[in-house]
Amino acid sequence: MLLRLRGVHVSIGEITIIHDVSLEVRKGEVVALLGSNGAGKTTLFKAIAGVIKPSRGAIEFEGEEIQHLPADKVVQRGLVLCPEGRQLFPQLSVYKNLLLGAYVRRKEKKKVEQTLEWVYALFPILRERREQPAGTLSGGEQQMLAIGRALMSGPKVLLLDEPTMGLAPLVVARIAEVIKEISKAGTTVFLSEQNAHMALKITERGYVLENGRVVLEGPSARLIEDPVVKRAYLGV
Amino acid sequence: MGASGLILRKCMYLFLLLIAVLVPQVVTSRYILQILIICYIFAVATSSLNLLLGYTGQVSLAHAGFFAIGAYGVAIMTTRSGLNFWWALLLAAAVSALVGFLVGIPMLRTRGSYFAIASLCFGVIVGIVAGSWSSFTGGYLGILGVPLPPPLNLPGMGALGFQSKAAQYYLALALLLLTLFVMHRLVNSPLGLSFMAVRNNELLAGAVGINTFAVKLLSFTVASFFAGLAGGLYASFMRTVSPEVASIHLMFNWVVYLLLGGAGTLAGPVVGTLAITALTEVTQSFKDYSLLVFGALLVVAMIYCPRGLVGAWEAMQRRLGTPLKRFRQVGVRDAKG
Repeated sequence: MLLRLRGVHVSIGEITIIHDVSLEVRKGEVVALLGSNGAGKTTLFKAIAGVIKPSRGAIEFEGEEIQHLPADKVVQRGLVLCPEGRQLFPQLSVYKNLLLGAYVRRKEKKKVEQTLEWVYALFPILRERREQPAGTLSGGEQQMLAIGRALMSGPKVLLLDEPTMGLAPLVVARIAEVIKEISKAGTTVFLSEQNAHMALKITERGYVLENGRVVLEGPSARLIEDPVVKRAYLGV
Repeated sequence: MGASGLILRKCMYLFLLLIAVLVPQVVTSRYILQILIICYIFAVATSSLNLLLGYTGQVSLAHAGFFAIGAYGVAIMTTRSGLNFWWALLLAAAVSALVGFLVGIPMLRTRGSYFAIASLCFGVIVGIVAGSWSSFTGGYLGILGVPLPPPLNLPGMGALGFQSKAAQYYLALALLLLTLFVMHRLVNSPLGLSFMAVRNNELLAGAVGINTFAVKLLSFTVASFFAGLAGGLYASFMRTVSPEVASIHLMFNWVVYLLLGGAGTLAGPVVGTLAITALTEVTQSFKDYSLLVFGALLVVAMIYCPRGLVGAWEAMQRRLGTPLKRFRQVGVRDAKG
């Protein structure tokens, strides 16, 4: 098991956002985390990446508990979060943003160079714009850069938090393609989405989060037929 | 920027350096030389502040405190212990860096305006300690008779003394160039990139695996070292130190130099220091009203070039293209015509 959560609770201040969440992500899988606004997807991802600490429960990565580690140590182990809302270094160039993504393995120049070429191949627009400040890119390009940057560290597991939020349908389709390619290249992907249709089409399994609890789980093909999912997320 | 732009830029820097080197050969006024010497020393202090404020995004108001530690360090070590000036300078800067490291540990845990306040307190405390600890620092009278740097024995050139203003000018210039060189190497390294990442988005910097606290602490320590170096040289050239060197007034001047010159650029601190000093000299005849002119100019500058003079210059270049490019375009047009 690559990533396993056991009875995780997360509180922010007095309020408990995540209640007793247990889930698993196996090596090579693409797993979806569905949920509406405020369900707790981002909080859960932040807890996995070590940005915030769970109040109870255990997060295991490659068989070792990591819930006590600071964020930079979690990244070093190969668990990387691509945060929601296209977080970038806006004043730095596209190239420098990508380079910073590889910060944890900056000594391995060869590998960084290879990954950079791969990212440019995934998103040719980033190569064209490499000298431009990241803040001047369009929304879709910023999201591509955010994903590219997360890939630069050579993650074992990529946590993608709502990568299609607020993007045009064409861009959404392109990002779905890229997620498939990332998976094919051997990276395990854990994808949080409100766009259940897209997410369930490109994933193998999924979890549905509601009010901080996992209410449903199973193969994506079955979830897409589930009446609850259909009503809540697919609008049919 | 293309290769031609880069070459042009290098030529420009060489030209400016040539002018800076030739100044004492042309200018004989001791007054002007003295002003330039102080300018260069303050430019070193402002550059080190730039590393922290401009590149790492930490608004530190403690800088005069570190400048004072360097100044007092040199004054005390040379007059009391009779230590050679050069060793005293290096040691004083090291002490300044060490103090920066130690107070940085608690202080850098605060953020934004809280950090600004905490660092301001440190600067004020240094001033109070300097004024009150009479047996060690000479109290509010300060320490008199700080020696000038002793002659430097350079191989092949003989002993190089620092009695003349011209020699002092070259020493200050050398220190400034050394500082700029170190800053240049630092901000263009992967480490410097992590400084800028912290400035741009501290949370994300943590998420890509940068130990943001360590980065801030390192930036703070290096900045303290160079502030101490500037202070040490200042004490020697002024031949005296008093708690004035730790004054808020001095530190705010550097912040203004930096903001007006352009924070987060290497040239900004130097441009800002020279420009404002020149302005202060020109408006001296206005007496107290010079501050009025000064304030108005500052407001105008902040509105119309928020990234400082260097930022405005870069924006203009982008709009017009580099001079060489324009020259080429004109050339093409001429050839066709």
